[in-house]
Amino acid sequence: MRWTLRGVRALFGWLSLLVLAATAAAPAMALEAEAVAGLMSEEVADKAAAVDAIAAAGDEAALALLMALQEGTLRATPDRRLIIKERGKLRDAVTGESLETEPDDLDKVTLNNRLRSRVESAIASLRILSRDPAQRLEAARGIEPSAASLPILSRALAAETDPAIRDILRHAEAAARLQGGESQARIAAIATIAEKADGRARALLQPLTEKSTGGAWAESDAGVRQAAIEGLASVERRLLFYDYAGRVFTGASLGSILLLVALGLAITYGLLGVINMAHGEMLMIGAYATFATQQVFRAHLPQALDWYLLCALPVAFLSSAAVGMVLERTVIRWLYGRPLETLLATWGISLFLIQLVRTLFGAQNVEVANPSWMSGGIEIASLVLPWNRIVIIGFSAVVLLLVWVMLSRTRLGLFIRGVTQNRTMAACVGVPTGRVDLLAFGLGSGIGGLAGCALSQIGNVGPDLGQSYIIDSFMVVVLGGVGQLIGTVYAALGLGVVSKMLEPHIGAVLTKILVLVLIIAFIQKRPQGLFALKGRMVEN
Amino acid sequence: MATPFRIPGREPLFGARGWSAIAAFLAAVTVLVPLLFLAVPESSPFHLSAYAVTLVGKIMCYCAVAVAMNLIWGYTGILSLGHGAFFALGGYAFGMYLMRMIGREGQYQSELPDFMVFLDWKAYPWYWSFTDHFWYALALVVLVPGVLAFVFGFFAFRSRIRGVYFSIITQALTFALMLLFFRNDTGFGGNNGFTDFKRILDYRVSEPSTRAFLFALSGVYLAGCLVLTRAIVRSRFGRVLTAIRDSESRLMFSGYNPLWYKLSVWTLSAVLCGIAGALYVPQVGIINPGEMSPANSIEVAIWVAVGGRGTLLGPVIGAAVVNGAKSFFTQSFPEYWLFFLGALFVAVTLFLPRGIAGWVNRHKESGS
Repeated sequence: MRWTLRGVRALFGWLSLLVLAATAAAPAMALEAEAVAGLMSEEVADKAAAVDAIAAAGDEAALALLMALQEGTLRATPDRRLIIKERGKLRDAVTGESLETEPDDLDKVTLNNRLRSRVESAIASLRILSRDPAQRLEAARGIEPSAASLPILSRALAAETDPAIRDILRHAEAAARLQGGESQARIAAIATIAEKADGRARALLQPLTEKSTGGAWAESDAGVRQAAIEGLASVERRLLFYDYAGRVFTGASLGSILLLVALGLAITYGLLGVINMAHGEMLMIGAYATFATQQVFRAHLPQALDWYLLCALPVAFLSSAAVGMVLERTVIRWLYGRPLETLLATWGISLFLIQLVRTLFGAQNVEVANPSWMSGGIEIASLVLPWNRIVIIGFSAVVLLLVWVMLSRTRLGLFIRGVTQNRTMAACVGVPTGRVDLLAFGLGSGIGGLAGCALSQIGNVGPDLGQSYIIDSFMVVVLGGVGQLIGTVYAALGLGVVSKMLEPHIGAVLTKILVLVLIIAFIQKRPQGLFALKGRMVEN
Repeated sequence: MATPFRIPGREPLFGARGWSAIAAFLAAVTVLVPLLFLAVPESSPFHLSAYAVTLVGKIMCYCAVAVAMNLIWGYTGILSLGHGAFFALGGYAFGMYLMRMIGREGQYQSELPDFMVFLDWKAYPWYWSFTDHFWYALALVVLVPGVLAFVFGFFAFRSRIRGVYFSIITQALTFALMLLFFRNDTGFGGNNGFTDFKRILDYRVSEPSTRAFLFALSGVYLAGCLVLTRAIVRSRFGRVLTAIRDSESRLMFSGYNPLWYKLSVWTLSAVLCGIAGALYVPQVGIINPGEMSPANSIEVAIWVAVGGRGTLLGPVIGAAVVNGAKSFFTQSFPEYWLFFLGALFVAVTLFLPRGIAGWVNRHKESGS
């Protein structure tokens, strides 16, 4: 079956080449009545040849004719002329003259499916020579590389000046050259195809390297086959590389999110010895603050909607920080020294906040839109790096830098580090520990709010938003240890990249379980996490 | 206020009042309730509905979980956020037996459970082998949570993970298990879990007499858990446990290695949970991975906290009160349940650190 199809295609190719040779011999490449006459034949092969001939003519009239053919507005007169009937008006398809009276016995020129795709391809070939670069780009992408479209591709490539379109055309031309001809040209074509590492290059080269069911090589020319095997190997190698690069990128993206989420958590945990179970809800509040800001911009500043996110950042930070500080003052302050009960109390707070948001905003997810400058992505070969992920990686780096500067260069940072290391001693030398706790809790919650703002750009915003990230970020804190930012950074990126590396092999769930097992195994070696504070810290 | 230091002698487990309370409770669950449920006609105001029997039976299973939790948190000071997982594992282990007992009465009339037919599986996976034997299933109920707890606890306690760290790790454990059981490929019914049970041994699950028996068994089990807790707490072993809670470092300085103490009580607690789960599943008629959600496990902690940690009856009271409130709220004001539960967490930790039992005890002391 496959062989017969191939045979038919080759036949078409030869036919069209013959026709093309005939038309190329003509001094001017204009539409000629003889060339189009084939359309009125009963034979499919004749029609196909005519389509190719028309395509080879390559002028406006040819494009109009083919479009008419495609849309079913082409009519044939009994005296074998072609007429386009559009919105009741009639004109000659070859000369373009308009006709006043409708000739009798007009026949519709019909297409079957194979011809239809041929016509589509021919239209694309003609568009490829259009003056409008946008249309050329679209056509270059749409054109089916084949022996039939090779001449038009070569012509377009010679005329093309836009580098992006040139690149596409060059590869399409190479793909077309590969279909047949001298082995030297085909080997050169393989080299061009193998420059790109994508699925299309693989799909083009793969068949050349395989044996058919009979045991014979599908490609009879040994030189071409060898080139294809080498080219395919190089494509596969680069595809694998890009695949891994892509995994590292998604891993880094997940890691940066975990870092944002865990950063605030690590500060409060280091300071108070309590994992704030309501930290996830700080993310949620940040995300809803972003949503609210977006709504305000929509209603009052629609022209600046693209920049609402910049305004949402401080709003998210401040609202989460405010909620966090209120919690610290009203609940957590009274539970110092009872970490397990604090854990339960913060869990209760998180339930309360979830239900509160559900009551206020509804249980459904709310819609937070990406600003236009964050949608889309960078394409590198087969890799697509979405802008929103890139922006978030950058954002978490900035937040990390700010937190580091705050902790190591400011007075408050000094106090926070002091209280983390030794609360009693810090109090003895005059650090207002109560106020430091309050501010640090606000800071941690505020960073959570920023993380929520970032999350709103890549996922759903709903009352359960915080719950989905929180356990992973607990793991980051457990793994990273407290007291040093760098531990959190390593743990977050490590967890992110390891998870994404494992995921394609064993699935998301087993990855989670394996990561947990790895963490427990790791803690056997270093019970206090990657980077623990050294010194006389007696646990109690 | 300061109590003089004395080494308690060998006292009986319970006083006369204690034993008679236990006897009264056992009589109520094994004789009175089945009688009111089975023998009293439905028209009579004393008749107990099947709904009430199921509800109370379910709550008694929860109470047993709370007692197990109290053993590890109340007496040993280790907050587990993973007890829901052990409970569910016990339930799943027994659920496997119940699924096998459906036989060909399922929707597709196949030897295999419906969900396997649906997934186009041809045979039981290896871990389902022998689960059609009742005694093997009972052994699994004990072994699955027990072995998991033992292995997990061994590594966790050996590296001296404690306090908040341990709680978080157990939470991650239950979360990971939940994800695992949500997968269809795991072979435990995925999202829907096990349901549609038909019979245990040769008794139909829907039969009122079977229900009454399961109810009575849950009651007896709960009483057994309480007696066991009392026995442990009174023993030398129990004293070491409380010492771990109060000051682990000091205990270690005195030459004890807390690892095996912690590991034993942790494993025991998990096994008790597993058995409660096995009793729970046939009464409620369904088990699904939702039981393993981290939220459920934390709720167990709040039952114990509400009732009073480190007291014998506190957890039972707590589990009964909170679950009673839950039934009431989810029926009458579903949207306020989380508000109530959240507020309960905060209020109990802030204002009632010793729970209801502690509060009652203090009033008794100040009164006398």
